[in-house]
Amino acid sequence: MAAFRVLQPGLFTTIQDLGRYGYESQGVPTSGAMDEFAFRVANILLGNEENAPALEITMLGPTLEVLEDVAVAITGAQLPVEVNGKKRTVWTSFPLKKGDVLSLGAVSSGCRAYLAVNGGFKADVAMGSASTYTRGKLGGLEGRPLKKEDLLFRELGNKPARFYRVDERYVPTYKNVAEIGVILGPQDDYFDEENIRLFLNSTYAITKDSDRMGYRLEGPQIRAKQKHDIITDGIVPGVIQVPASGNPIIMLKDAQTTGGYAKIATCIWSDLPKLAQLKPGDKVKFIAISVEEAQKLLGDMENSIEQIKATLRGVRYFDVSVNGKHYDVVLESID
Amino acid sequence: MYDRPKILPTGDRAIVVEFGDEISEECNARVLDLYNLLKNAKVDGIISMIPTYRSLLIKYDPLEIDFKKVSDFVETASNAKRGEYALKPKIIEIPVAYGGEFGPDLDFVAEYRKITPEEVIQIHVEPLYRIYMLGFTMGFAYLGGMSEKIATPRLETPREKIEAGSVGIAGSQTGIYPLDSPGGWRLIGKTPVRLYDPKRENPILLQAGNYIRFVRIEPDEFFSINEEVEKGTYQIKTYEYAGRQ
Repeated sequence: MAAFRVLQPGLFTTIQDLGRYGYESQGVPTSGAMDEFAFRVANILLGNEENAPALEITMLGPTLEVLEDVAVAITGAQLPVEVNGKKRTVWTSFPLKKGDVLSLGAVSSGCRAYLAVNGGFKADVAMGSASTYTRGKLGGLEGRPLKKEDLLFRELGNKPARFYRVDERYVPTYKNVAEIGVILGPQDDYFDEENIRLFLNSTYAITKDSDRMGYRLEGPQIRAKQKHDIITDGIVPGVIQVPASGNPIIMLKDAQTTGGYAKIATCIWSDLPKLAQLKPGDKVKFIAISVEEAQKLLGDMENSIEQIKATLRGVRYFDVSVNGKHYDVVLESID
Repeated sequence: MYDRPKILPTGDRAIVVEFGDEISEECNARVLDLYNLLKNAKVDGIISMIPTYRSLLIKYDPLEIDFKKVSDFVETASNAKRGEYALKPKIIEIPVAYGGEFGPDLDFVAEYRKITPEEVIQIHVEPLYRIYMLGFTMGFAYLGGMSEKIATPRLETPREKIEAGSVGIAGSQTGIYPLDSPGGWRLIGKTPVRLYDPKRENPILLQAGNYIRFVRIEPDEFFSINEEVEKGTYQIKTYEYAGRQ
């Protein structure tokens, strides 16, 4: 039995997991959740595997008709969430009953939200991953974004007996300007000091021409010493290419695996979630750090995930009727 | 080629090992040897790799193996003797129907090079093409070895849709479209073989380090092979590469 029917698909909603690894040598992008932090926490809130397929929502959320009793968790961008018109909060898991209508609105801060269901969404698994790669029509739901009338199934049917909220200390706030750590290279030697300084001291705007494949930036143009073209070589999500136009491009999860432009720097992995929450018009500033510092920050991110697990607050939901009136009561444990 | 490979960080989860700044068989062979060695060695913390013309990108998990350790390990490995991990290349036969509806630009290529279409075909099927790397799009192979005698510039206006399996020429390169996509290559033929087939155990047919031989087929063969491909009964012909011929 299906868990949801899609009444409205939202702007660009896809099924993602933590990515497709092992086929990059054959030109297959990794894809996967743009904001892995929010994605993982959504699954943690439901007791799922952290890699369980979930919906990645972009800018405007979907409206779903609930076809069986399930539990969901929504994390990431701030957006209004309603169940039959009653408000629910994000970074929390809550139950849904057959017949409910879950509607998610437009983001008020951030860009991407994640909707996980207990048991994970059922998806096409292609080359070891459920992640949707729309350009290659791979994974997810026939390799495409959700559309009206789609039925969404669950992979497993287990039911969490308890619901949780993430302790506020660990809920990120998304701003319109983000400082992103970068490690210079691998082709920083294509640029002189002045251009590297310009790159690091400037603020760049995310242009409209930005998606899961990459963000095109607008701001001071960066010139290479001689040429911008290199012999095509490997790319990772987060790498910043500078083509001859001088406008940097941050390659992201759906980026092709190889590219022929000089790469001035690479965004650190622990800042990709922050980057994923920037939308066109938002701004980014790059801060150069060392590999060692970056790897320490990556360790810190793992620690905060562990902290989130250790400090989950129990939440209980009741539908109470008093004198014929219905009340939606949310109780939270205090400690 | 460099005297010693350069090891450069690409962010905090990858390094790239550069063997040179050139497109040559020799340089590419060093890349593929290291790729093969690391693939077989199954090093804890190495997630995946991207071999290209002159470098190997290695993704690793810094929570398991840090930058210094992975660099040291790779440095040693990149200087190791090829030994048992040396790549044993295969030749993959790609049947191609040339000209007509299969290769609408064959006549243009012939005119441009002032030779006959028949000669274009002969020149195209003659060499063994080395697969230097895959990239650009899923399953797309960068091939080396095409004769300059049939080099032809791209279309001025790219076609909106080119069908998967189309074989084309762009400058001095030849290639096969693995997926339906827009593109500006001059199309000279088409193969019924699927470079990408989600139903296959290895969905992507080609791998860096192997070789391709184009074999000319007639239209009726194209359709009969195509039928077998659709039924899943077609056996792609591959054989060992015995060395440079």
